Amino acid sequence: MSLDSNDVRKIAHLARLQINDADIPEYAENLSNILDLVDQMQAVDTAAVEPMANPLDAFQRLRADEVTEADQRDHLQTVAPAVEQGLFQVPKVIE
Amino acid sequence: MFNKTLAELARGLAKGDFSSVELTEALLTRIKTQDSRYNSFISVTEAEALAQARTADTRRAAGDAGPFTGLPIAHKDIFCTRGVRTSCGSKMLDNFVSPYDATVVERFNAAGAVMLGKTNMDEFAMGSSNESSFYGPARNPWNTDCVPGGSSGGSAAAVAARLAPAATGTDTGGSIRQPAALCGITGLKPTYGRVSRYGMIAFASSLDQGGPMTRTAEDAALMLNVMAGFDPKDSTSIEREVPDYTATLEQPLDGLRIGLPKEYFSSDLDSAIAEQVQAAIKEFETLGATVKEISLPNTATAIPAYYIIAPAEASSNLSRFDGVRYGYRCDSPVDLEDLYKRSRGEGFGPEVKRRIMVGTYALSEGFYDAYYKKAQQIRRLIQQDFIKAFEEVDVIMGPTTPHPAFKLGEKTSDPVAMYLEDIYTIAVNLAGLPGMSIPCGQTHGLPVGLQLIGGYFSEARLLNIAHRFQQATDWHQQAPQGLAEE
Amino acid sequence: MEWEAVIGLEIHAQLATKSKIFSGASTAFGAEPNTQACAVDLALPGTLPVFNAEALRMAVMFGLAVDAEIGHRSVFDRKNYFYPDLPKGYQTSQLFYPIVGPGHIDIELADGTHKRVGVTRAHLEEDAGKSLHDAFPEMTGIDLNRAGTPLLEIVSEPDMRSAEEAVAYVRKVHAIVTTLGICDGDMSQGSFRCDCNVSVRPKGQSEFGTRTEIKNINSFRFIEKAIKGEIERQIDLIEDGGRVIQATRLYDADKDETRSMRTKEEANDYRYFPCPDLLPIVIDQAYVESVRHSLPELPDARHARFMEEYGLGDYDASVLSAYRDTADYFETVAKAVNDGKLAANWVMGELSKFLNSNNLEIKESPVSAQALGELLARLKDDTINGKAAKQVFEAMWNGEGSADAIIEAKGLKQVTDTGALEAMVDEVISKATPQVEQYKAAEPEKRGKMLGFFMGQVMKASKGTANPGQVNKMLKHKLDALCD
Repeated sequence: MSLDSNDVRKIAHLARLQINDADIPEYAENLSNILDLVDQMQAVDTAAVEPMANPLDAFQRLRADEVTEADQRDHLQTVAPAVEQGLFQVPKVIE
Repeated sequence: MFNKTLAELARGLAKGDFSSVELTEALLTRIKTQDSRYNSFISVTEAEALAQARTADTRRAAGDAGPFTGLPIAHKDIFCTRGVRTSCGSKMLDNFVSPYDATVVERFNAAGAVMLGKTNMDEFAMGSSNESSFYGPARNPWNTDCVPGGSSGGSAAAVAARLAPAATGTDTGGSIRQPAALCGITGLKPTYGRVSRYGMIAFASSLDQGGPMTRTAEDAALMLNVMAGFDPKDSTSIEREVPDYTATLEQPLDGLRIGLPKEYFSSDLDSAIAEQVQAAIKEFETLGATVKEISLPNTATAIPAYYIIAPAEASSNLSRFDGVRYGYRCDSPVDLEDLYKRSRGEGFGPEVKRRIMVGTYALSEGFYDAYYKKAQQIRRLIQQDFIKAFEEVDVIMGPTTPHPAFKLGEKTSDPVAMYLEDIYTIAVNLAGLPGMSIPCGQTHGLPVGLQLIGGYFSEARLLNIAHRFQQATDWHQQAPQGLAEE
Repeated sequence: MEWEAVIGLEIHAQLATKSKIFSGASTAFGAEPNTQACAVDLALPGTLPVFNAEALRMAVMFGLAVDAEIGHRSVFDRKNYFYPDLPKGYQTSQLFYPIVGPGHIDIELADGTHKRVGVTRAHLEEDAGKSLHDAFPEMTGIDLNRAGTPLLEIVSEPDMRSAEEAVAYVRKVHAIVTTLGICDGDMSQGSFRCDCNVSVRPKGQSEFGTRTEIKNINSFRFIEKAIKGEIERQIDLIEDGGRVIQATRLYDADKDETRSMRTKEEANDYRYFPCPDLLPIVIDQAYVESVRHSLPELPDARHARFMEEYGLGDYDASVLSAYRDTADYFETVAKAVNDGKLAANWVMGELSKFLNSNNLEIKESPVSAQALGELLARLKDDTINGKAAKQVFEAMWNGEGSADAIIEAKGLKQVTDTGALEAMVDEVISKATPQVEQYKAAEPEKRGKMLGFFMGQVMKASKGTANPGQVNKMLKHKLDALCD
């Protein structure tokens, strides 16, 4: 599996990563090599194999419906880059 | 004092040979004067450490000390620590002072432990050499031109250099065991679900597991006694009783059945390492064990499957780093897309970006079945190999790594070569089994690690096996040349 | 050409849990921004989700209510996309194995016909936060209080063929979730939201046309208008030689039109995969049965019971059973007066008239069900007549007191004293010679109708308090006697 520069741009966009144009060929090469490595999987016959999501095949535990979290806004927003009137700020979004 | 193990320090504190404050001050001084050689710490938390040490001494004076009270340790900088920067080795979180404690950190705090600081690591735990850290690589105390391994390279280097008697680590594909092997210390990755992942910044959720990095198996047992246990905040945590891991250390090894997977002794393995591992196996035979060859036929597909599952989960886990609620945010974003792309593009290093892109690609439309699902199926095959093997043997042994510590920069230009260093450790994570690395020899002045793999929840047995070996040998007591004297 | 619309609906019902689906933060409305967004809701590094048992129970309740297959093993998946009100960069949802599998809902249309609409699936997911675009001139503000509120997304088959059917379906789903008590159903607050997929095709064609999705509709009336408008827009477009473009359209209630959301240059690629932080939800039959046991009476069952128990007609029973509040009110009245039909007439008539003109919900009625029952009991036991009852109701609505107090104060008690009535009847007959002569001259079978005049005179004389039945009987008797 080989990725070209366009593929890298598309993937980077999907992952919202800015990649400098100069670095794209190197990414394309490295990603292609990694995909060559992972494509070795395709040789294994897994037709009847149940995918394993959890090593212990455990089930989801349930939490009682109780409010356990008090307001910690001021404390939690000490790490926020931009807050105004308690709202996180992002550049204007037009829908 | 620096050569003392946790267990010895605990006895010293109990006897009153020294106080926790004295011990902590001595270690902080040592870190200050020595760590420029190793770069094993990202943050040294002097004030917090001394406060904790004073509290511990007060507790002890009041007769309220537990086995861990006053013992200094370091935390890998992947564990969230309230009020202390938690960087995960990344520029993305260079300004992140965690507002909360990870469950593992809470447990150590409750036990009265003293946190010396936060250790260096590969960025978001993605790496096998510590070279992807935003804070520069940690260095191997045995040879500072060499890598300490990764991703818990800072923890391994700090313990090997006697800057901290013990440290926490995390292991997604070998990130405890491989640096432990390369730095000549003892590292244990517990069964998946044994140690809470809450507050441990996620790399690959279905593989990540925290564990101890120490100089001895006995110390690892002391650490695991604090770390292990059910956590209602982690849905993947297991509700199962935690034994006292120190209680069974001395059990004899008579009749222990050791399996040697033939796939782990192929031509890719460094011949010196093969010899050292075989010598260790001989030692186990003299301790009463029997040895047989086994097969783990799907070993070769572990790396390909891992390099789909881990990046796929990581690509999603790392989407939260978007410059909105915490962490790095680019200067003057012109619009939302610019905010996202530059914050993430500038905040993440190249290896993290590579893995996010591999994962994004693997999950993108039309590829789910061929990649992620296929990898999860292979996981089951790998698990079945182990289950079958454990019908015949009690423990599987082999090398932890195919080579000893390599030179800084040697593999950075070739990600795939770096990935192949994890060949012996990755399958254990895919299967969710406990695995351990202990020092078993040296080659060219660099340590060699022996890997022990057990069945689910066999941590006590692994620690027992490792402890008996360490009673019979002194590899774990070897220190790097040129360490500063006390 | 004759066109046929094809409509499928996705309803998002916020589940009425106290805490969020994956965290212990409160789900209450109206708090200050971000005061109900805890570390998990903010997706702080290292935080993990734990699933709320009540959200599961509520989803299973819905599944049982629509006769659906319950997923004994359901799985949470991650739907990955970047948006500032989505803190993790993915929404935890269920794509591959939903908790509720195929089921169905029966709807009734105005002409009395019934139709079965398929429910494809219903799955659990987390709500996003809110983006406030108008709070600041240059910036969008993000409030994550809503982030992590549990949602049940209910997906229908494309079985509906008109806006009327679609609204009937939405009303029925609304009736079910509110009756179950799993959603407060408040559309204006967004706790019950509806996205409509609409396409048109020539009648008789089996393939579907290109569909558009209408979002942002927050009332039943707007659903009907938006769908009607979109059907017309699509037909006009095609008849003018154009083509429907698959797009998401927002409904603007002020302008009563839909407009296309900004077209995305790339198709969405959500990169779904099973969430590794959550494990499969496994439930056994005993659990399902215990939930089934706890189900309240559902609208369809209540409908049947109202017909059976209270002798109501199909239409009345369906109106009164559709909403829990209405049904409960009706039953309280019916029991108090021990007469279902009388209660039905008043709840659907006088009460509904007053509620509508005052824009009130039934639970806000100033006349309680018990009070109305007491009034109707006075009507039934002939203390007052029907006309007086309406007067009393209005006084009760205006807060003038209980039925008995008002009857007493206004002197509305019926005159049932035979002597007094007889005197009044005799008086009227004696003063109406021409009408009496007409009565006598008329064919016996036409005389009945002629009683009305005399009746009116007696009621007038009694100021409306005469018992109409008694008077009627007396008049007939006396007038017929004159004819002999």
